[in-house]
Amino acid sequence: MFGYYLDLALRSLRRNKILTALMVLAIALGIGASMTTLTVLHVLSGDPLPGSSATLFYPQVDPRDMDGYEEGKRPPDQVTWTDGNNLLHAKRADRQALMTGGAVPVQPAQSNIDPFFSDARYTTADFFPMFKVPFLYGRPWTEAEDNGRARVVVISRKLNEKLFGGKDSTGQTLRMKDTAFQVIGVLDEWKPTPRFYDIYMQSYGSVEDVFVPLSSSRDAHLEHAGSTDCWGTGGGDGEHAETSPCTWLQFWVQLDGADKVAAYHDFLVHYSQEQKALGRFQRPVNVALPGLMQWMDINKVVPGDVRLQTWLALGFLLVCLVNTVGLMLAKFLRRAGELGVRRALGASRREVFTQLLVESGVIGLAGGLFGLLLAFVGLWLVRKQPSDYASLAHMSLGMLLVTFVLAVGATLLAGLLPAWRACQITPALQLKSQ
Amino acid sequence: MDILPILSTLRRHKTTAFLVIAEIALTCAIVCNAVFIINQRIERIHMQSGVDEQRLLHIALTNIGVTKDDKARRDEDLAALRQISGVVAVASVNEVPFGNSSSNGSIKLDPKQRLATLNATDYFGENVTQTLGTQLIAGRELQPADYMDMDQVVNAATAKEAKGVPHVVVITQNMAERLWPGQPALGKQLYMADYAFTVVGVVKELIRPSIWDDSAKSYSMVMPVRVANNEYIVRVDDPKNRERVLQAAVARLKEINPHRIVLKQHLLSNMREDFFQNDRAMAGLLVGVCVALLVVTALGIVGLGSFWVAQRRRQIGVRRALGATRANILRYFQTENFLLATIGIAVGMVLAYGINLMLMVHYELPRLPGIYFPVGAVLLWIIGQLAVLGPAMRAAAVPPVVATRSV
Repeated sequence: MFGYYLDLALRSLRRNKILTALMVLAIALGIGASMTTLTVLHVLSGDPLPGSSATLFYPQVDPRDMDGYEEGKRPPDQVTWTDGNNLLHAKRADRQALMTGGAVPVQPAQSNIDPFFSDARYTTADFFPMFKVPFLYGRPWTEAEDNGRARVVVISRKLNEKLFGGKDSTGQTLRMKDTAFQVIGVLDEWKPTPRFYDIYMQSYGSVEDVFVPLSSSRDAHLEHAGSTDCWGTGGGDGEHAETSPCTWLQFWVQLDGADKVAAYHDFLVHYSQEQKALGRFQRPVNVALPGLMQWMDINKVVPGDVRLQTWLALGFLLVCLVNTVGLMLAKFLRRAGELGVRRALGASRREVFTQLLVESGVIGLAGGLFGLLLAFVGLWLVRKQPSDYASLAHMSLGMLLVTFVLAVGATLLAGLLPAWRACQITPALQLKSQ
Repeated sequence: MDILPILSTLRRHKTTAFLVIAEIALTCAIVCNAVFIINQRIERIHMQSGVDEQRLLHIALTNIGVTKDDKARRDEDLAALRQISGVVAVASVNEVPFGNSSSNGSIKLDPKQRLATLNATDYFGENVTQTLGTQLIAGRELQPADYMDMDQVVNAATAKEAKGVPHVVVITQNMAERLWPGQPALGKQLYMADYAFTVVGVVKELIRPSIWDDSAKSYSMVMPVRVANNEYIVRVDDPKNRERVLQAAVARLKEINPHRIVLKQHLLSNMREDFFQNDRAMAGLLVGVCVALLVVTALGIVGLGSFWVAQRRRQIGVRRALGATRANILRYFQTENFLLATIGIAVGMVLAYGINLMLMVHYELPRLPGIYFPVGAVLLWIIGQLAVLGPAMRAAAVPPVVATRSV
């Protein structure tokens, strides 16, 4: 029966090509626009570390003085050198890493490459196992190397290709800011999206090219980049960053299990009380322990424009669907005579209804196909945009399926009302009026 | 034109009429808000910076190793840059308009105040306003005697010696108006990190390097602090010399000290373009969506109009046979469309207002100005009339003889 309905649908659609084209075009435009923006939204709001993001948390304490205190405000987004190191060395979590962003002048040994500036991350040993960073060659550094202020460096695959032609470069020397570091590891392709661990750096850029132990970065006077927030007598002077009342580091912990999360929260409260007793903290105890995805939400990592575009596209799709409902209604009611004959010849209401739904399904499928094409064009246009997330706008298999489900589902939904109205036709009346 | 017969016809086609109204209402609501956002973005793109954009260059470098004699090196760089033909003024700075990197401080009017009055950016560097080309509207520019070196200021501040910290400042007109509404700012004091600064000059405008909040875009101060950050701005005599001077300047700086890396070398006009690129992209996208929406709506009206005309062929024939002219028929369909559009627009306006309220809460957009309502209405009326013209003309062409035919 389905084959027959399909045949009927195709015949009917061919009979009025302009109307059919109008309906398909409207669906395709709506689907194309929605899928483009939904894909971008999906990519940008995705989980940067599927499988382990649920165990990652971002502890916050409030070390500021009473100046500018307002009740109910969140603690600062970053930690001070003192608090970061206290929490790091307390080792109350399964894993913990203290880090900050930076930029270093790289001086290649080859004379044919000019010195250049690279983004860097100064961090501690657990960064690599905690974030499941893949290694191509070598290994991450150890806690002993952190404590020993070892002059070691882990570089990205991209930098390894640029400097060492993609060969295993472990053991080689890399000069940065007139200091020699030994390459001990090379990362494999790693692109957490968004780049969650530092909200002050580009959220959708690639990861840094250079990773250096935090302690060594201070020894070598490597420059810090990112946000520094100071209070009291604090200044943004990088050389005194260890003692200034400034927050400029990010601290991440891994906590496997809800009881550990609760225990860590208690630990943060105790720590704050202790610091307050010591006179370091002045404000009422204010701690927070958001999970990774929650932290992304709080900081509105997904650009507002992208959300706005998604709403806009969905509104557009709605208009296109209303349009399609109207056109389909017109088309179905116009065939009242034909449907009257079918009903008079014994087709039940249900059969007529199914036949009409098949027809709207065909329109939905065609609109979906064409809309997919438009979505590819749309994503290509998004990739031409200057924003930092532009290069990420690619269609995935999942989104491809969603496109079809959305297109056919929406069109079937749009076809319900016209089909229902059309099968209400009384056969006798229709035949008489002919 | 009689409206009553049209209304009674529409009452018999409730669903179709409702769909047309819904489509027009949705389109009206979305387009009103989209056009509003487009205008906001365009306004933002054309934001005044207060500086001589067409004549300014920005160069930022960084030392490879640790250096000791930064001040002497800066003076050498500045002297060399001044020698380049076409250069009018140079300054060693800490930040530049549209540079996206800035130093900011909390400003209070009373040191005992707990919450700061506003947050403003601090421009440092000797000669910075003169080089940027800001317009002084009251008081004086900062003088060489006002200036202190950055490292000494930091040391004095750490030791809490107020004497070693500058005590005069030049601020923008907008910031002055925000701090002391309706009063002259000259001679007034503001406080930053417990130190008092006296306002000695007011400039018309000087935009911040990074703008999070458009209402605070011109809260800028210039402080008499000399910096040696390897960051320079250069003003040239004629915009057409910009590229040449930029190349010459970068080459000269590298020649003086090759042990450094050029981080940035820009024309300020290009920095401005980059700064607003997201706004431009968003505005472009919204224009595209608006056009597509209006086209889809127009096509929908054409489609439904054609269907209605085809359905009422006999009715039209009867009316023609009973003496209605072609113009009568034409006007009938036009009036019908006008009625539907009017209801749609009315609903759409309410919807537009609702969407705007939501955007105000979630995207910090201002209220939709009233002018959008009449303009949006006229636009949709025109589109509706244009779209229905084709089907209506076809209806008017129906010959009276149709009435006499069965089927």
